[in-house]
Amino acid sequence: MTVHAQLDAVTHVYASVGRAAALQALGPLDLTLSKGEFFSLIGPSGCGKSTLLDILVGLTLPSSGSASFEGAPVAGRPREGIGVVFQEDSSFPWLTVWDNVAFGLRRKGVDKQETAERVNSALSFVGLSSFTKAHPAQLSGGMRQRVCIARTLVLRPRLILLDEPFGALDQQTRLLMGDELLRIWRETGATVMLITHSLDEAAMLSDRVGVMSARPGRFIEIIETRWPRDRSSEIVEHPAFGSLTGHMWALLREESRKSMAPG
Amino acid sequence: MTLAGSIRLALMIALAAILELACRTGLIDRLTMIPPSEMVTALWTILASGSANADIAYTLTNTLAAIVCAVLTGFAAGVIIHALPRLRRVLDPLLTAYYAVPIFAFYPLLVLIFGVTATPIIVIGALFGMVSMLTSTLIGLDRVPPVMDKAATMFGLGPLQALLLIRLPATIPYLITGLKMAVVYSVIAVVAAEFILSPKGLGFRIAFAYNDFDNRTMYGLLLLLITAVTVVVLLLHHIEQRVHERWARQ
Repeated sequence: MTVHAQLDAVTHVYASVGRAAALQALGPLDLTLSKGEFFSLIGPSGCGKSTLLDILVGLTLPSSGSASFEGAPVAGRPREGIGVVFQEDSSFPWLTVWDNVAFGLRRKGVDKQETAERVNSALSFVGLSSFTKAHPAQLSGGMRQRVCIARTLVLRPRLILLDEPFGALDQQTRLLMGDELLRIWRETGATVMLITHSLDEAAMLSDRVGVMSARPGRFIEIIETRWPRDRSSEIVEHPAFGSLTGHMWALLREESRKSMAPG
Repeated sequence: MTLAGSIRLALMIALAAILELACRTGLIDRLTMIPPSEMVTALWTILASGSANADIAYTLTNTLAAIVCAVLTGFAAGVIIHALPRLRRVLDPLLTAYYAVPIFAFYPLLVLIFGVTATPIIVIGALFGMVSMLTSTLIGLDRVPPVMDKAATMFGLGPLQALLLIRLPATIPYLITGLKMAVVYSVIAVVAAEFILSPKGLGFRIAFAYNDFDNRTMYGLLLLLITAVTVVVLLLHHIEQRVHERWARQ
């Protein structure tokens, strides 16, 4: 297995502000993502999952330790080849769906014809071909999130990070979006890291699931699912699925309770 | 038309009808107010004779100049102050108190500086309108969702590109609200300044008619002002709503 991205003894500390004491939000933790794997991250709220993602893509500098992607350090600056889909809707409301997806290609100076081809194929990939001229406000939450996914995919990232992208969607839509995500992962060959608070989603989609502790977030266990590569949401019926989610919950129960405790 | 729009229209018609009735029955005497229907005919006479054309053009030019200055300086100052949080902490209380200052008290001073010309009128109109544009720009930039900044960084945009391509477009609904308020404030200030001291203009003509007991001219021109401002503000309100709908997030 080739190492694709790595976190090495990473911590993140929020400096003290006024009377508030400094707060260790994350780590120290290590993580190695192998090329082409589907990795999910679960953990109680506030355990630093999003901070971990920010450090890995270069939106935040770690307080100590380092992040690397394809062998080179990620030093607080986004690297080419990494794509992110955020938890919140980040589609640009002033642009049409088509222009949203074309945004990154135009910034990179890709010529018109290639832009058109890539945007159209990204849009058909996420099933939005008939909405090219619509504005995000005219779309449902799930469709807007698909605009953001297409906007990321069109740049052909080799590492895709998704921060609870389906958090706002209902359970049925989430399962379907999960299937789409598996298809994207298989067809692009990209490495995927998904942050989710749904144990089912993590168990169904991933090759490996990193279970994090309450703040400061560390890995309690990294579970290997051993699913075949051509899996789909149908595996929720598999007997091993129940024992997987059961195991995750056993690990997370106490941690979730800690994160709910005051202070 | 929406239900709210219909009710709004009905309310205005009802108010006009009540005024009409009060004037016709002598409840309000003619020296105080003429019936609304007569205001319309008076305005028609003024417009048909062209006697107020020069004043209308003067006020319109001053107002437009004041709005342009207010919007440009307010917007630019807003962007700059937003980028300098320390400066902002100093200025914030002053900005909040700004509209409590009786700014027209400074008009005579402006006349002393610039003379009895259009300049002091435009300056006071711009001064009165710019802070609402400035405040709207600040609020708008404050409300840009943090995820937009993250997206800008992921697209490899520098600070200036992020501002031009993402932060400012995200702020457009607030900028339109600021523009609407700047228009209202600038009109008020321009007409009021003309009212106090001016060689010509609608404010000047209205004040002149008032001193002359010329109610037909005074109310005719007031009707013109109110109608013009209402139409412009309703138009901006309409655009504002459309933009807010498009920019709405889920």
